[in-house]
Amino acid sequence: MSVTDIVFILTAIVTVGSAVVVVVSRSLIYSVFSLLFTFFGVAVLYVFLGADFLAGAQVLIYVGGILVLLLFGVMLTHRLYNLNLTTERFQPVAGTLIAAAVFASISLAAFKTKWKLVGERELEPTTQQIGEAFLSSYLLPFEIASVLLLVALIGAAMLVRRRTDV
Amino acid sequence: MIELKYFLLISACLFSLGVFGVLTRRNAVNVLMGVELILNSANLNLVAFSRYSSTGIDGQMFAVFVIVVAAAEVAVALAIVLTLYRVLNTVNLDRADVLKR
Repeated sequence: MSVTDIVFILTAIVTVGSAVVVVVSRSLIYSVFSLLFTFFGVAVLYVFLGADFLAGAQVLIYVGGILVLLLFGVMLTHRLYNLNLTTERFQPVAGTLIAAAVFASISLAAFKTKWKLVGERELEPTTQQIGEAFLSSYLLPFEIASVLLLVALIGAAMLVRRRTDV
Repeated sequence: MIELKYFLLISACLFSLGVFGVLTRRNAVNVLMGVELILNSANLNLVAFSRYSSTGIDGQMFAVFVIVVAAAEVAVALAIVLTLYRVLNTVNLDRADVLKR
């Protein structure tokens, strides 16, 4: 077992373990902060897969943006002097059964399927390839995604606007 | 080199945990966290297949677009949650069962 394997196993444990805390913990704040470790774990897994640009984007967007937004969501929807930011559970048995069935079917498919794999490819920087793909074969999706972001931005701002100052 | 199936296994774990969170949590922000877990697991699968198959960079491009959509989704969803809190004074999804009042 090489050092790479050990780091991979540790990353996997941290990622899945903190994801368990996210969905099981009763405290909302604990959930948000363990989501931080899950996102970082996924970023490290991207590094294992040779996706350097995506690992950076994961840290910047998920940890720097989405997580902060979620934290705002928790803080703004609860009174701050009320320190037990808890949430109740709903039908835990049925939820566990469905999640277990989903997990069993996906992992069975992952292990039983004969994947057509190519041999080991050497790692190379992907940022230039992604940038070139954005401006050549993916130009239309790229523009649509930028319009989508603009629409989402305006829509979010319009939704939280107070009706009285129209 | 780490085999593909271990990445798929981690992704399956994240996906089913996300499904569990969406199904069993009643707080809107918590449900959103479950959705984020599901999106991350899908992204992990895309990147893993892009690395281990001969499709080149396409899987990573899809992952970038998923991240973009996730950012837009969380912004709009939190705006809805904040509006819900202002109108109903709760973020419990069971109590948000009216369209108009």
